[in-house]
Amino acid sequence: MTAEMILFFIFGAVSLIGAISVISFRHPIYSALSLIVTFFSQAGLFVLLGAHFVAAVQVIVYAGAIMVLFLFVIMLLNLGTLSAQGALTGKLKGVAVVLGILLAAQGIFIAVNAFTDTEVGSADAMERATARVTNPIETSDIGELLFTEYLLPFEVTSLILLAALIGVIVLVKRDNQTES
Amino acid sequence: MEINILEQITIPIIKILFIAHLLIIGVMAMIWSERRVSGWIQDRLGPNRVGPQGLLQPIADGIKFLFKEDLIPNHVDKPLYVLAPAMLLVPAMITIAVVPFGGDITITGLDDPISLQIADINVGILYILAIASLGVYGVVIGAWASNNKYSLLGGLRSSAQMISYELTLGLAIIGVLMLSESLSLRTIAEEQGSNMWEWNFLIHFPAFLAFTTAMFAETNRLPFDLAEAEQELVAGYHTEYSSMKFAIFFMAEYMNMIVGSAVVVTLFLGGWHFFGLENIGGEGSILSGIISFAIFFIKTGIFLFIFIWVRWTLPRFRYDQLMNFGWKFLLPVALTSIVVTGTLWVVTNGNRLWIGIGNVVAAFIVVAVVAGMLALDNNSKSSTQAILDAAPLRGLDAVE
Repeated sequence: MTAEMILFFIFGAVSLIGAISVISFRHPIYSALSLIVTFFSQAGLFVLLGAHFVAAVQVIVYAGAIMVLFLFVIMLLNLGTLSAQGALTGKLKGVAVVLGILLAAQGIFIAVNAFTDTEVGSADAMERATARVTNPIETSDIGELLFTEYLLPFEVTSLILLAALIGVIVLVKRDNQTES
Repeated sequence: MEINILEQITIPIIKILFIAHLLIIGVMAMIWSERRVSGWIQDRLGPNRVGPQGLLQPIADGIKFLFKEDLIPNHVDKPLYVLAPAMLLVPAMITIAVVPFGGDITITGLDDPISLQIADINVGILYILAIASLGVYGVVIGAWASNNKYSLLGGLRSSAQMISYELTLGLAIIGVLMLSESLSLRTIAEEQGSNMWEWNFLIHFPAFLAFTTAMFAETNRLPFDLAEAEQELVAGYHTEYSSMKFAIFFMAEYMNMIVGSAVVVTLFLGGWHFFGLENIGGEGSILSGIISFAIFFIKTGIFLFIFIWVRWTLPRFRYDQLMNFGWKFLLPVALTSIVVTGTLWVVTNGNRLWIGIGNVVAAFIVVAVVAGMLALDNNSKSSTQAILDAAPLRGLDAVE
């Protein structure tokens, strides 16, 4: 067992435990913290894959920025412990069941594929994975790809973000006007 | 894979232990110098009874903290209350892992030269930003777990402040990264030459100021210590903490300051370079290693002195001033430095002098435009209304 394998199992286990805790804790603050643990161990998995940049961005964006906002809102609204019944009632329950089945089907599909596909886990694939780890993906390579091959998706993403930004400003402005 | 026990395990462990202990000793030195320098600035003596010049005062403080009763109030959320100090201390401590203290040194008998750095990872600066962004959780969770309105207000203020100033922190260094063409702290430090006019703080002067200011905010130091403003919030997020848990919050603050200063020295102040002094005894010799370490140490120390100096020079910001300053001045300055550095790099073919001048001029223009717009905006409504509009978290009414 190599060091990478041991680390993989540690990070994998922690991220699974974190993910399960997110839905098992009654209190939203604990759920949010568990989600941070999951994000962080996923960053560890990215490092094992040689994707250092993605790992750093994962921590900066998800664990560092988005979850702080989550906590901020939870604390500001002072959300209490959820009741045993939970917030899932009526129509929402149906939606949840459908989405859950879809997600489970997806997971089973991936698992079956991974076990039947000879490509996965073969000596060839392992070799490529090891090469990846010893030669991490350079950040400059990612930048180059973003501005050449994936220029259109990149620009579309930035447009969507810009639209979201403007939307937020418009919403805030309207609130201010109705108040005064 | 063959593992050389001495070079791959022993030496890294020695380095880690050395740096970790240096950091803790640094915290003790900071506590002493903060009290003594504060005394000096305020024209009084400061603690001078324990040991020569009061040098043993931090040890006395530590013993006192350790022997105090570890009080956990009944109304707190116990698991998170206990966890919060550690959540603040650990990020503060592990950031130092990527900071380089000097070049490589060669020791006879070893195959590979030893680098004076714990880990040179190729996304070093992103690692620092990532870990720094985790530091806020200690404050926020500690504040929430205390179950106290003053603490909660401190935590809310802190989280909003950290998110706002993190943006500036990240954007201000992009100009530096563009000229160094690397995210590795070692490469950034090596790219800056031996002489002072080659260091980044002259080339990216506005970005340097913006980064430093944002770092003050990230470490919760005056004039940005709204999270623990005594006059308004008792002690803010650590109101309910006593004995060693309080001491850990305290240590984390100083550790953040030390690591932050080390990062500024690496990014903007030339790292371990000082007019060729770092190469005395030949490049790669043990002597040059010690000297470059000392240079780095002194530069960090000078920067830490500035931290204390600023504390007793500037009064605390009001909350709306803090937000205005961060979003309307620092962020535009940081953004401009990216555009100007990039444009001038192409136009002048990487001439550092023109980039430096262009950055300063552009920053002046941006600040003037923003100040003008704010003045026009303020004239259109009464000043009291403006303050009320811009101050969302000033009083207890925010928690209702």
